Amino acid sequence: MIELRNITKSYNGKTNVIENMNLTINDGELVVLVGESGCGKTTTMTMLNKLIEPSSGEILMNGKNIDTMNKLELRRNIGYVIQNVGLFPHKTIEENVSTVLNLKKKPPEEIEKRVKYLMDMIGLPYDEYAKRYPKELSGGQKQRIGVARALANNPDMILMDEPFSALDPITREQLQDELIKLHEELGKTIVFVTHDIDEAIKLGDKIAVMQHGKVSQFDTPEEILKNPQSDFVASFVGKDRLWKTPEMLTAEDVMIRDVVTVSPKRSVAQAINIMKKHDKTVLVVVKKEDHQSSKVIGIVGANRFSGVADHNIKIEDIMKSDIWRIPKDTHLNEVIQHRNKYNILNSPVVDDNGDLIGVITNTSIVNVLYEIMPGKEDY
Amino acid sequence: MEVYTYITNNWDLIIEATLQHIQLSFSAVLLACLLGIPLGFLLINNKALSNIVLNIANVIQTIPSLAMFALVMPFMGIGTKPAIFALFLYALLPIIKNTYIGINGVDPAIKKAAVGMGMSRNQIMFQIEVPLSISVIMGGVRIATVTCIGVTTIATLIAAGGLGDFIYRGLSTFDIPMILTGAIFSALLALAMDFLLGLLETKLTSKGL
Repeated sequence: MIELRNITKSYNGKTNVIENMNLTINDGELVVLVGESGCGKTTTMTMLNKLIEPSSGEILMNGKNIDTMNKLELRRNIGYVIQNVGLFPHKTIEENVSTVLNLKKKPPEEIEKRVKYLMDMIGLPYDEYAKRYPKELSGGQKQRIGVARALANNPDMILMDEPFSALDPITREQLQDELIKLHEELGKTIVFVTHDIDEAIKLGDKIAVMQHGKVSQFDTPEEILKNPQSDFVASFVGKDRLWKTPEMLTAEDVMIRDVVTVSPKRSVAQAINIMKKHDKTVLVVVKKEDHQSSKVIGIVGANRFSGVADHNIKIEDIMKSDIWRIPKDTHLNEVIQHRNKYNILNSPVVDDNGDLIGVITNTSIVNVLYEIMPGKEDY
Repeated sequence: MEVYTYITNNWDLIIEATLQHIQLSFSAVLLACLLGIPLGFLLINNKALSNIVLNIANVIQTIPSLAMFALVMPFMGIGTKPAIFALFLYALLPIIKNTYIGINGVDPAIKKAAVGMGMSRNQIMFQIEVPLSISVIMGGVRIATVTCIGVTTIATLIAAGGLGDFIYRGLSTFDIPMILTGAIFSALLALAMDFLLGLLETKLTSKGL
């Protein structure tokens, strides 16, 4: 775990580049520092490997102040990937990848084994690429080597300073996907700096949106998109951003909260009255167990009433009970797929206890999509 | 034809003078390297000092070579030592300057990566800065060597020997073959040295560059 406590950095004693910053990064998290240029994101990151020292405050790594650690040792135990790749052009790929291992004076056999493993992992086979020089590689290949080099000493943490920003969009996307995979497989703590909010949302377990040397919001991508804590974050994230990432919408976001329910013991006539009163064609049948809890047991639509002559028939006799209760965290994509597959129009949404909290209808989906689309009425 | 005859008749003398020539210019370049390359490194982190040193070296460079020997003579007399000292002063500037420029020209991103990976100051110098700027540094050494081989022909005036002996004796006795012998051999020597140093430069420079 890495903790930044009350970090302030100023270069001339007047202007603070970083101001009283607090940030906690848990083990195994991929944290993205994002913001416009000059917001202090790179400064913050490079304080972690002591390329820049804070003016005040302390940085703890697993509870230990990094000021008490040997600077060179600290850096050798932290992977570092920079924007312009920074591969050593006069060294072969193999020599580049093994840099830190050589600095640590590991035995040659161990180094070779590790380099082979890493190069195979990033998809540039050792036998083919080890003896080549960086100039013989494409931009994407170079940055893959940059990542392999950072991983060489098997560090717990990796710092990445806009590593993909100089690449073409297709290569960038590929490397982002590879990084996500790598992060899942290796579980390293990664601190990633970018000015690209799309990249931040795609990669981050958590995102720290920075402005003027402060963290405006530190949260999961979902939270930052849905609940920006300030106008700055909202505008930086962009209003139409959520629309671009519909996979982040969940059932809870698109459901209608104002649900009309009916008890299973009611008669059809009573149900019809409720429908008329609330101008609905569908009711959710719930069984109230106590004041807090209402379990969904079915739904009943107006079409079910046709041909029902016997007014003593109860709702529970005619309701549709084999229905899909959508857990509130279900992603919108899944909801839509399911609805299309089974031709369902109305689905109750339930919370973790299985209690009814809302309902999803075609209208509710369309409403939400309309809401998050940028001002179409202006045209 | 006369030149050819002169050369074949005086082969021993020519060899001796050439070796002397090489000794003079090489000693000077070697000394200049020993002082100039470390100095070039030292200047990287000191802007003010680098201005002073490079300016002084520039001034030295502008002193005409004949005047330089004349200036050194009163203090060091005549012979090999003052000649080497004067040549050393000439060799200094290209070596300091090229070292400085070469190291300064190393891509900051590469240095940043090296620092961030935990290389010490010395490791950065020997593993990164020197190999990356070796061709520029060697360029300085080549210029210094060629300059020195040229200027050494004047060293004969303070009785230091070398191929200049042929030229000056030839001039005073109007012996054209003798003049040409001195001129041709010093020119060939300069070309040969430049070529050899070029080979060394290629050898020292990584294939990745």
